[in-house]
Amino acid sequence: MGQSITVTVNGEKKTAEVEARLLLVHFLREKLRLTGTHIGCDTTHCGACTVLVDGTPVKSCTMLAVQADGQQVTTVEALAASGTLHPVQAAFKQEHGLQCGFCTPGMMLTSVALLQEKPDPTDDEIRWALSGNICRCTGYMNIVKAVKSAAAQMKASAAVPEAATASARS
Amino acid sequence: MLPAPFEYHAPRTTEETLELLDQLGDEGKVLAGGQSLIPLLKLRFASPAHLVDINKIKDLDFLEERDGTLRIGPLVRHKAAERSSLLASRYHVMADAAPQIADPIIRNRGTIAGSVVHADPSGDWGTVLLALDADLVLRSKSGSRTVKARDFFSGPFSTTIQPTEILSEIRIPAAKPQSGGAYLKLERKVGDFATVAVAVHLQMDDGKVRSAGIGLTAVGPQNLKAERAEAALRGARLDDATIKQAAALAAEAAEPKEDHRGSVEYKRNVVRVFTERGLKRAYERARGGG
Repeated sequence: MGQSITVTVNGEKKTAEVEARLLLVHFLREKLRLTGTHIGCDTTHCGACTVLVDGTPVKSCTMLAVQADGQQVTTVEALAASGTLHPVQAAFKQEHGLQCGFCTPGMMLTSVALLQEKPDPTDDEIRWALSGNICRCTGYMNIVKAVKSAAAQMKASAAVPEAATASARS
Repeated sequence: MLPAPFEYHAPRTTEETLELLDQLGDEGKVLAGGQSLIPLLKLRFASPAHLVDINKIKDLDFLEERDGTLRIGPLVRHKAAERSSLLASRYHVMADAAPQIADPIIRNRGTIAGSVVHADPSGDWGTVLLALDADLVLRSKSGSRTVKARDFFSGPFSTTIQPTEILSEIRIPAAKPQSGGAYLKLERKVGDFATVAVAVHLQMDDGKVRSAGIGLTAVGPQNLKAERAEAALRGARLDDATIKQAAALAAEAAEPKEDHRGSVEYKRNVVRVFTERGLKRAYERARGGG
């Protein structure tokens, strides 16, 4: 009962034959071998599997791969596609926004979406935006710091046309 | 976890959807946001033979006031409600509830209509619609019918919708001047289901209550409408004694069960306190404040 779908993943068109019941997260991890997207709770709670679908954060364990047909999916692998860390990645590293790193791909993608919409978020807005992503290590303090630092970095580099293009690509 | 196998359909029009549902009967299930249905499929609590995905039908995504009615289409996501300036300015109970549904990522995808049809007794939108005295338009291939929210819910995860029907529109009487509302929810953490929540909607008329709507979440086998409390408010001035009496009646209407979220007495008391606070907040908003 295969179904043919074409999904633009990290800018590349991918066509595959999938079963209708295949979840988007399994499509990414098993068919495309993009294992940066993690499966945490598998019950729509933790946000570890968050990816961007047409720019919007979605829990990829709670969407069917066939539903992504014709859409744009962005995973953590796209963030450093150019070989340099995305400002959000650099800030998570710099500010110790992770310990074990399991929730980090989801945290960063939600953060990227937040910063695209609100380039200068308050602490409250960051905590609110990330409230669907659970971290068991950090206590969130450094995650909030990292997002603030990324925001400042992205604002500063927005003045430089080349860097602005690099961050807008994600 | 993988759902049981099913056949997937993604119709492009409402007519095509209704035709499919008509053919499939009990075997078909509508997929909107999927934030409740997909977890149920994964847990194998549900295993429909056919899924009819309506996400590609863009004209089902509308949230607008027209002809004296607020109309909400089947694909309006929680996020759209959360960000709607129309709801923020005139439909306070909805604007209050939206950001308290699940978590921000789920709100990006989950829909109001889907949540209503899912009919979880701990769901929030059903309660809000009970307070607003909403009408639900149920459409099938053979026609459409309109059901009051209070006649729609029939038990835990049960409603009067037929497998061949979709909830094609939620209709709420357009907000008039001197109306106000509030939604108060107690949850242990973001994304948890409500321990208790209370929806209040008030229509005032020269200092007196013209009509009141009170809905209760997670304290019964379905979302409840506290009708005796509503009746006690009708025609009354909203002084402290009236508010206390209505809150006591709402608490009486609750039928909570003890669980890890609290005892029967505790939950009943939260209903009382939230009804009091909700009425005060709604009254303030009806007078143009808050």
